[in-house]
Amino acid sequence: MEDTAQKEAFMGLKAKLGDAQRQSLVNSRFIDFLTKSWSYLFLLALVVYFSVTGTGFFSVRNFSSILTTSTLIMLMSIGQTYVVITAGIDLSIGWTVGLSSVTTARVMRDLADSGNDVAYAMLAGVFAGLLVALIPGLINGLLVARVKVPPFIATLGMFGIVRGAAFLLTDGQQVVRGLSSELRESLRMIGNGSLLYYIPDDGFHWFALPPDLEPQQLRVVSQLLPYPVIITALVVIVFAFILARTKFGRHTYVIGGSEEAARRSGINVDRHLVIIYVICGFTAGIAGVLHLFRFTAGAPQAGEAALLSSVAAVVIGGTNLFGGEGDIMGAVIGSLIIAVLQTGLVILNIDSIWQFIVVGIVIIIAVLVNQLQNALERMQANV
Amino acid sequence: MSEPILTATGMSKYFGGLTAVDNVDFAVYPGEVVALLGDNGAGKSTLIKCISGVYRPEHGQVSFNGEDITSHAPADIRSRGIETIYQDLALAENLDVGANVFLGKEKTRRLFGLIPVTDDNYMREEASTALDELDIHIPSLKQRLVNLSGGQRQAVAIARAMYWNAKLVIMDEPTAALGVPEQRKVLALIRSLREQNIPVILISHTMHDVMAVADRMVVMRRGRIVADIQRADASEELIVKHIVGTADNGGNAVMI
Repeated sequence: MEDTAQKEAFMGLKAKLGDAQRQSLVNSRFIDFLTKSWSYLFLLALVVYFSVTGTGFFSVRNFSSILTTSTLIMLMSIGQTYVVITAGIDLSIGWTVGLSSVTTARVMRDLADSGNDVAYAMLAGVFAGLLVALIPGLINGLLVARVKVPPFIATLGMFGIVRGAAFLLTDGQQVVRGLSSELRESLRMIGNGSLLYYIPDDGFHWFALPPDLEPQQLRVVSQLLPYPVIITALVVIVFAFILARTKFGRHTYVIGGSEEAARRSGINVDRHLVIIYVICGFTAGIAGVLHLFRFTAGAPQAGEAALLSSVAAVVIGGTNLFGGEGDIMGAVIGSLIIAVLQTGLVILNIDSIWQFIVVGIVIIIAVLVNQLQNALERMQANV
Repeated sequence: MSEPILTATGMSKYFGGLTAVDNVDFAVYPGEVVALLGDNGAGKSTLIKCISGVYRPEHGQVSFNGEDITSHAPADIRSRGIETIYQDLALAENLDVGANVFLGKEKTRRLFGLIPVTDDNYMREEASTALDELDIHIPSLKQRLVNLSGGQRQAVAIARAMYWNAKLVIMDEPTAALGVPEQRKVLALIRSLREQNIPVILISHTMHDVMAVADRMVVMRRGRIVADIQRADASEELIVKHIVGTADNGGNAVMI
């Protein structure tokens, strides 16, 4: 069908075929739409299903809690998307989250204990937590780009190193001990706080709740704009924009499509890969700092379970593990699907173990749909 | 005949004890298609790589438009307008035509007069114009390259070379992986390069292609140039004889 004459004949035939042919074209557009937006539709279907079957699922309060829950996986999956688009993977970020959480907690504790202002201690802690997360990213990037260690191996090695480092910083404990109650309270204000609250029969409140609330009012308070969600949304917007619209983002796709082509076209592939692994460490660092703010405990295992979920979110979002295609919105939707499943199954009183099985199935569907989409695109191109 | 645009004189390249290119003189004149022929290991690719800067020759000099470019970096030689199109084409097949024509040299515009973003519409339009000049039509320019045919991809690689003002195009086995209709398209592309007065060095094993487009055939064997034949004097049989090395004894040897 590549031959022009044949193609013209084919087009002529198509015009003559009329309704039946057009119908099949419409069908293919419909399938096209389905394959491209299935993850959105699936998320919608899940929300509808849980809203109908589970009491208390359909509420602003619950949705805001789901969004807050999703931030950990979502932040990790942002950096992971960049890495996966270059046909890599970063297995170490689960422990980078922990390292960052622990470092932040220690710096805050030590600075506050030595008589510094709590606000200053917190700021310095956040800075240290974000900075320390860049180190594993930088080493991963150098190993992958310069030493040509396969990403899986390099980051698996880093997985162990960062894990050990995080536990060394807590002296082998599960959490960083000795955070003062003043510090915890300040952390909670941001980690569990909201820019905007809504109390039924009372109205909206900015920044903080009124101090004289009845217990039954406290139970129905909705957080409309939780701080972790706002922060995550900002990170999503920035990195989605960089990937989709800038030269840096374009070069990321080029490297994922063909590293050789990227090199020959003058793109500094090594430098680019290093930056990408640093970005991956960075978003994991934000996740770690945020985890500390939410749970007021610096824990080495903070992101351990979320690592595979973040990879799952990336894949569910349509990012190809072989590189070259994918986007941040996909990872966002993937993260939301996982968070909705987590919460929804609990509300339906289904054993949370089922969550693993359902997420597993969704991952496989995602890969199949991705393949179907590519096959479809090829067929349409050759019409 | 006019002055050559590219001359390589006294070129030699060794790999350990092996002489890959042995004191070769080679020239390309404006607007001609030169076929470089020879068996595997005859030294074609090595000679080309010495010209494009991938290898440094041990002896000899390469000059392009009168300037000495011997052993310059590949990027420098490319920027002077010698564009090599390898078999794998060096394209990002996950991206569209516009992105590929501007690969590594993306056009940006300022969003809100501030943030530089890729100007995809501009790149697509420019790519479209470049393809039009080659008389190539791709149904949808938003199509990713992976969905295009081999010949269309070849066209994109050539369009990219031309868009960035290639003055000499080197093509390594451009039709090797293509079906027959696609091969014809690529040959037409080579002719249209010639019409635009851009000389082409064509490395090929396919005698049919060579006879169809080349103005001159240069045959290499064991690192040396053994024949330099104008199209008018060439026949498939004669060239094959030079390639296998039986031309000197009257062509009576049995060819297998």
